[in-house]
Amino acid sequence: MVEHFLNLAVKAIFVENMALAFFLGMCSFLAVSRKVETAVGLGSAVIFVLGITVPMNNIIYNYALKEGALAWVSPNLAQYDLSFLGFLTYIGTIAAMVQIVEMVLDRYAPGLYAALGVFLPLIAVNCAILGASLFMVERDYTLAESAVYGIGSGIGWALAIVGLAAIRERLRYHNIPPALRGLGITFIITGLMAIGFMAFAGVQL
Amino acid sequence: MSNRTREALIDPLFNDNPIALQVLGICSALAVTTKMDTALVMSVAVICVLTLSNLFVSLLRNGIPTNIRIIVQLTIIASLVIVTDQILKAYVFDIWKQLSVFVGLIITNCIIMGRAEAYAMQNPPGMSVIDGIGNGLGYAVILMITAFLREFFGSGSVFGKQVMPLVTEGGWYNPNGLMVLSPSAFFIIGFLIWALRVWKTDQIEED
Repeated sequence: MVEHFLNLAVKAIFVENMALAFFLGMCSFLAVSRKVETAVGLGSAVIFVLGITVPMNNIIYNYALKEGALAWVSPNLAQYDLSFLGFLTYIGTIAAMVQIVEMVLDRYAPGLYAALGVFLPLIAVNCAILGASLFMVERDYTLAESAVYGIGSGIGWALAIVGLAAIRERLRYHNIPPALRGLGITFIITGLMAIGFMAFAGVQL
Repeated sequence: MSNRTREALIDPLFNDNPIALQVLGICSALAVTTKMDTALVMSVAVICVLTLSNLFVSLLRNGIPTNIRIIVQLTIIASLVIVTDQILKAYVFDIWKQLSVFVGLIITNCIIMGRAEAYAMQNPPGMSVIDGIGNGLGYAVILMITAFLREFFGSGSVFGKQVMPLVTEGGWYNPNGLMVLSPSAFFIIGFLIWALRVWKTDQIEED
């Protein structure tokens, strides 16, 4: 059992890396990777929010949206299949969770709240978060699996953005053709990182 | 067509491209470009959602309280995406299967939120629709170029039709396997941006 979860985590972090294999969360990935410090802040916020929202959406999917899921309310409702409402509910949950996490952090962990700053609200529109929930539904994970998957894919994304930020910091001292500076070279580096991460394909515990 | 309308429509194609300059909507641009037909369906879906969301956000712009505007915008966009998803599922099921989660991810595609926030909230409905079409086309241009290069060199075909016969089927073209894999999308877009900025030098960033 432990092996199964470990395997799932390794797969989510390295093999199916959110940023480098599925290109999710690219907008903030490219925009917030100028400095390692901010990249670490955003990365930890993403791990946090993913670890909460994926299991949350798993509960909602299994007890409210799936075909026959409403049977626990009354047997008459078992015939309804509300899964087409998925997108709206997931994004609603994510937006609400981000808001709650923000308020809780503000009250109980002001240090962390100040460190995350503006990145926390921005996470609501990060496609990595919604993407993880959609993958969770597509692959039919259980509650425990989805918790592992959520945290794992968060760690994978954080790893990728911190790596890219570290490379970009060093890049400042290099002589790059003017037209390639900024966005262009970042794309090419991300491509090279993606090739590097492809080496993990097939890794299994 | 007045000057301003033409600017709102043509500018996003090369001068103010959403992908190459505004850094918006990159996620889906990379993932759906292995084949031209999925890229085309995705482009059409994004143009429709973007135009309609700009229209509705612009119509409601004076009634939306500023503190809850993100949620209102997300609700409008999510509803439009649900409709798009159901239509694609009904009429082009095969392509819908290949696009998998990426249709749903149009919701968090930053082009749509970005344009709603930056343009539709301040401008009348007519202009917002034009802006939506223009930015959608700008997105589509990059998507189609990338998809063409990836499909042409990766599997020697265009829109699924074999143009260069493959070695494996007795032809002469040895397909470039890297083009089908994800990293090639980064390289192609990176080089496209390079080319675009050599042509339009005012877009160069001082980093």
